[in-house]
Formats: sequence, C-alpha cells, structure tokens
Amino acid sequence: MTGKDTQNDGKMTGAEIVLRALKDNGVEHVFGYPGGAVLPIYDEIFQQDDIQHILVRHEQGAGHAAEGYARATGKPGVMLVTSGPGATNAVTPLQDALMDSIPLVCLSGQVPTTLIGSDAFQECDTVGITRPCTKHNWLVKDVNDLAATIHEAFRIATTGRPGPVVVDIPKDVQFATGTYVPPAATQPKGNYKPKMQGDLDRIRAAVELMASARRPIIYSGGGVVNSGPEASQLLRELVELTGFPITSTLMGLGSYPASGKNWLGMLGMHGTYEANMAMHDCDVMVCIGARFDDRITGRLNAFSPNSKKIHIDIDPSSINKNVRVDIPILGDVGRVLEDMVRLWRASANKTDKSHLKDWWEDITRWRARNSLAYRPNDDVIMPQYAIQRLYEKTKHLDTYITTEVGQHQMWAAQFYGFEKPNRWMTSGGLGTMGYGLPAALGAQIAHPESLVIDIAGDASVQMTMQEMSCAVQYNAPIKIFILNNQYMGMVRQWQQLLHGNRLSNSYTEAMPDFVLMAQAFGAHGIRCEKPGDLDDAIQEMIDVKKPVLFDCRVANLANCFPMIPSGKAHNEMLLPDEATDEAVANAIDAKGRQLV
Amino acid sequence: MNAQLQPTGSAYFIEKERQAVENHTLSVLVSNEPGVLARVIGLFSGRGYNIESLTVSETEHEAHLSRITIVTRGTPHVLEQIKAQLERIVPVHRVVDLTVRAVELGSDRPVERELALIKVAGSGEARVEALRLAEAFRAKVIDATVGHFIFEITGKPSKIDQFIAIMKPMGLIEVCRTGIAALNRGPQGM
Repeated sequence: MTGKDTQNDGKMTGAEIVLRALKDNGVEHVFGYPGGAVLPIYDEIFQQDDIQHILVRHEQGAGHAAEGYARATGKPGVMLVTSGPGATNAVTPLQDALMDSIPLVCLSGQVPTTLIGSDAFQECDTVGITRPCTKHNWLVKDVNDLAATIHEAFRIATTGRPGPVVVDIPKDVQFATGTYVPPAATQPKGNYKPKMQGDLDRIRAAVELMASARRPIIYSGGGVVNSGPEASQLLRELVELTGFPITSTLMGLGSYPASGKNWLGMLGMHGTYEANMAMHDCDVMVCIGARFDDRITGRLNAFSPNSKKIHIDIDPSSINKNVRVDIPILGDVGRVLEDMVRLWRASANKTDKSHLKDWWEDITRWRARNSLAYRPNDDVIMPQYAIQRLYEKTKHLDTYITTEVGQHQMWAAQFYGFEKPNRWMTSGGLGTMGYGLPAALGAQIAHPESLVIDIAGDASVQMTMQEMSCAVQYNAPIKIFILNNQYMGMVRQWQQLLHGNRLSNSYTEAMPDFVLMAQAFGAHGIRCEKPGDLDDAIQEMIDVKKPVLFDCRVANLANCFPMIPSGKAHNEMLLPDEATDEAVANAIDAKGRQLV
Repeated sequence: MNAQLQPTGSAYFIEKERQAVENHTLSVLVSNEPGVLARVIGLFSGRGYNIESLTVSETEHEAHLSRITIVTRGTPHVLEQIKAQLERIVPVHRVVDLTVRAVELGSDRPVERELALIKVAGSGEARVEALRLAEAFRAKVIDATVGHFIFEITGKPSKIDQFIAIMKPMGLIEVCRTGIAALNRGPQGM
C-alpha cells in the first residue's frame, strides 16, 4: 500500500484504507482469522509490516485475546473476522467486553452489498446480531465512508465508558477505490460527547459528607482501571489523605495495592468478611467507578442500610440503576478524583483521623475472623495454597494474571495480591469460561518479556484450549496454571448448597492428560500432585521459555468461602470455620432455591 | 414479569416493585440513519420495557434528524432508567420525558394527538347512523361507495377509542392508527 496513495490523489482500495486507518489509530497488533469475505484485507496485511496479525484458532479466541491485550495496555484491542460464522463467533467476546467496559474494535467482513439479504454463503445480519452486544456498530456501504467510520469506531470504543464496536465491511467495499481521510481530518458525527468533568458543587458536597463520616468506606471498581494509571494514583492519594478503608470489586483489583494498609480485600459474594461487614455498617460509602452489581450488593433491600452514598461514574445509566445514591457525580473517575483530592487538601482539619479510630477497631475485629482461612493439608494440594505459592513465587516478577471463570477465579482474586492496575484480567460481568487462556495470549503479545499466567480451572480451560496452538506459533510463553479438581467446581458448590448435593453433570469423567496435551501442541507440560513438590514445579513453569500447561491436581471437593449465600445480606456471610456440613445445609432456605 | 411474582431469597435478589406504574410520553431525537429505530426498540425489548405507542418520522430533513415519540409504562425508577439507557445510544441526540416536562411547565400533560383511518361497511339505518356519528366526532369521509365509508379522525387517543367502540355495531371492518404524536405546550421547544 505504501506509495500507491500518493500516486492516485489519496485514492486507495477499501482494504488499503482499512490498514491505513488501523495504523493511523496506533494499532500494532490485530487478532484474527481469515475467510472469504475478508480476503482483500488479508491480502493487504500480507503486503505490509507495520501491523502484526496474530492468527488465532477460533474467533472467540481472537476477541478474548484482544480484550486481554486492551486490559494489559490501556489501548484498544482489535479483532478481524470474516462474515457469517466469523462474526457470530465474535459475539461472546463482544458481550464480554460490553459488560466489563473493555475497548474492543471488531472489523468483520460481509458478503458484497449486492448480495446482502439474499441468504448468500456465509451471510449473516452481523449488525443486527451485534447491535445489543456493542456500544455501537456500523455497516459500511460506501468506500468513501470507510476511513471516517473506522476512526469514529476507535473514538467511540475508547472514550466515555469504553466498550466494543463492530465495523462490518462488505467485500465489494474492500475492493472498491475511494478516498482516505486521516483521523484528524474527520469530524465526529452526531451528539456523542461523554461528560468528563464532574460537577464541582456535587464534588464539594461529597467532600463535606466524607469529612463528616465516622464509619466511611471507599468501594472502587473497574472504572478506576479504565480511567488510566493516573486515576489509580489519585485513588491511592485519596485513601492516604482520608485514612478511609478501601475495598474493591473483582474488576477493580490492583488500583489500590493489596499490600496497602487500608486494604480490606475484595467485597461481594466471595469477598472478605471485613469488606462486606464494613460495607454493611458504614455511614458514608464512596463508590468510585463501580456499578452496584448483584454479585456485590447481595439482597438489595438489606444492602448497606444506614449509609449515605456517593457514586462517581461516567455512565449516567449506571447511576441509581440498582441502588439509590445521595450524591451522584457524573464524570471520568480520574478527573473527579483530581478535584476531590484538591478540595480535600484545601479543607482544614483533615490531618487528624482520630474520629475514625472506633471504626478501624471494628474492622480490625472483623479482620481477626480470618475469613479466607482454610485447613492446610500435607497430602493433597489445597487450591488456595496453590495460589498462595504461585503468588509468593511470582510477586517480585513483572507478572500479569488472567483467569477463567469459577472457583479458581475467586481464589485467585482472594489470594493473589495485586499491586498495580492493568495486571489482572478476568471476565467479571459476563462470566465467560474460556476467557483466560486467549486473554493471556493477548497480554503476552502486548508484553513479550513479562510473565503472563492464566489461573485456570480444568473445565474452563478446555473451552478455548485450541489457542495453545496460537501461543506456540507466536512463541508467546503463556503459563496456564490449571487448578484441576475434575469438577466444574463452582457449579458443584452451588449444587451442594442449593440442589441437595445432586451433582448433575458437574464432574468430568474423561479428563484429558494435560501434560500429553501440552506436548501435542508443542508446549511444555507439568503435573504436580503433592504440596511438597509445588514450589519446584512453579519454578520450572517460570523458567521454561515456552507456553506451559501446568496440571495442578488439587483437593477435589474444596469449596470457595467466604460466601454470601442466597437471599442473604452482607452481614450474613458463610465463613469457612462455620461452613460445617450442617451450616451449609441450613444456610439457604427453600425459597432461595427457586431462582438461582 | 413472572420474576416479580416470585418470593425474594435467591442469588438473583428480586424484589417486588413497590412504586406505582405510570404512563409517560418520551420524545427522542435521533440521527436519521439505518438501524436507528431498531436500536431504540431493541433497547425496549432487550431490557424488558414496555412500548404502548410508537411514532417515528423524519422531522428535520437538512439536519438528518428524526423524532421518535414513545409512550411507555413503568415505575418512576424504571422510567428514569429508560431515559438514561436511551441517551447511551450513540445516534440518539436528545431524550425528553414530555410528561415530566409538562408538569415542570405548569400543565397537566403534553398535547397528544393521534390520527386513525376507520373503515365501516353497511347499508340502511346503520349507514346513516354511522355518518351522523362521524359528524358529531368531526371525522371526515375520505373514501366511500354505496356500501362503505373510510373515516379519518384526529384527536386524543381516548376520543378515537370511543369512536371506534361506537362504530363497532355500525359495521366496523378495520382500523389503522398512527400512534401518538406529542408536543409540550408553550413557546419553548424540546
């Protein structure tokens, strides 16, 4: 493509425009899979060196890899798929990115415009199918709209509340010749203007309320990570200045360091006792970039009943959606925190934190319950122990962690301490099993020298296992650390709690041999069965300069506690030492079984 | 809405709605581009909101703007969510809850009108009576043979409901209604 445009007065083919637009939007990597309707674009990819294409084994893998890439870099992830099945396979990562607010740009091929609507080979209504699972999407019917549409797609994916977008490009548009316009020369269309700056009067009111608090708590979420590293820095500053305790959602881990002295651990269904009790008993709650998800609140009418609530969010529809708040502040977390920190510093009397002493005493008492405790075992590896050892062996390294979905995900969130934002990638909102392996691949492509580990479960990892082949192809030395208990652990845990221990279809009777599987892929396989061997095996995993499947055989029937059981409030948690068989059986009344 | 009939006490913490349900008329200004109506109504079906009436047409040709008027039903909390969710759609320029705005402007409710075409077939006494009633309702005859009339009637939805009910025994054949068009009173625009 180089040179051609100058010869032809800025005229290029649609496929050339795609490549140029990607380059001009700062794209270095594209995750994709070719097919009939995107061949012209693949032909252009072949003829250039600026953008590296990563060939996945399934379009879902491309999407999650792009999500992992986005989360690990703060840049948008880009995926490229063909029409029909290529586009439908992209739906899961698109919805995943929508729920977790990940900037993801998906380019899809489409049958030629003249064939749209004729049930042509590999045709589907991509724009129709992806409408509810994207922030916005486009079908480009005129090659002269293509450049502007792609620029607009990047702008919408990355600004405001980030999210996924789809640009559907018919094959004849890829072949047609048109004019390229650079991003700077493109006028943003329509009325899309996210509100970045928070209302200063509201922020002032919030600071006053926070200053008057006796039992305050900060509840932060993924919005802090999305807002950028400065937002995390400001959050740390605010915690330091105010002396408030802080908890975070699953998506927000790392924005405040797990080693910080005000850290209470994650909150919610599998959050710590101290975090949930503090949420329940607080008098002022400062929600920063989180959305009062049902995994966080527990029973809504018992959620933090006596607190005044401040909510900072960039998305107006997140405010007052599930929980009524007293001071809503619409704006970018980073900008609002900047004002908040400045106003807090400007007001007097803030150095003395003695009025919080009683509150911290309460918290210390709750902490003493040690809600993450588990019974150690010398013969079998406890899953919690495996994560603790993994953490100890990797915490000094430049590490990125991804997960699949289930018990292992919650244990990872509970036992792996995150010190920085953008180091933790997990499917929070949609709960997509199979997310972690391709997400690790994406993070590794972005950070080739770093240690990228997917903490996986044996069931989840089999959903996108084929991407090991991709990791081998690109020498992406991802480490897949499988907590293998032969069950879909979280499904089994709920069956035990809610369905009379009838373990319907949650046991995997034919488990593949992961070590042989690794060898078949050309990766490295490790199996570990004894707690005493674990440290050496983890060291081997770190040292091998290849993708690794680590089959960590853990206690089969371990369950994930603490847990807010069905229909209960934050102060009615199941704790591990209380979770005897009897307590577990009685924890959920008959009504609770109906709607889980 | 089966879920609301279930008792609380589940991992999905469903509570009975305690607020009263209200009818509101929303005016939604959108870019006139392909798929924009699908985005708006897809939001309603996807999130379980109700549409009682829907009217859409291009209103500003030069600016490529269309105006969608939606009558929806929900609790004040749901209505607030509907407005916020609509505003999130990229080609949506503005959303005004005309019912809320009417109260702010000091009137009871927005001006709401609907047009209907009503076909009535019959002869003899019924035919004469149909024509007489149509005059009383200020409905116009826009097509007729010796065996039928098509009436055009404009007015509040309640007036049209009433006219249709009266026409039933007169030989009502079919009805076509436009859905509600609405503006607020006074000199200000939305």
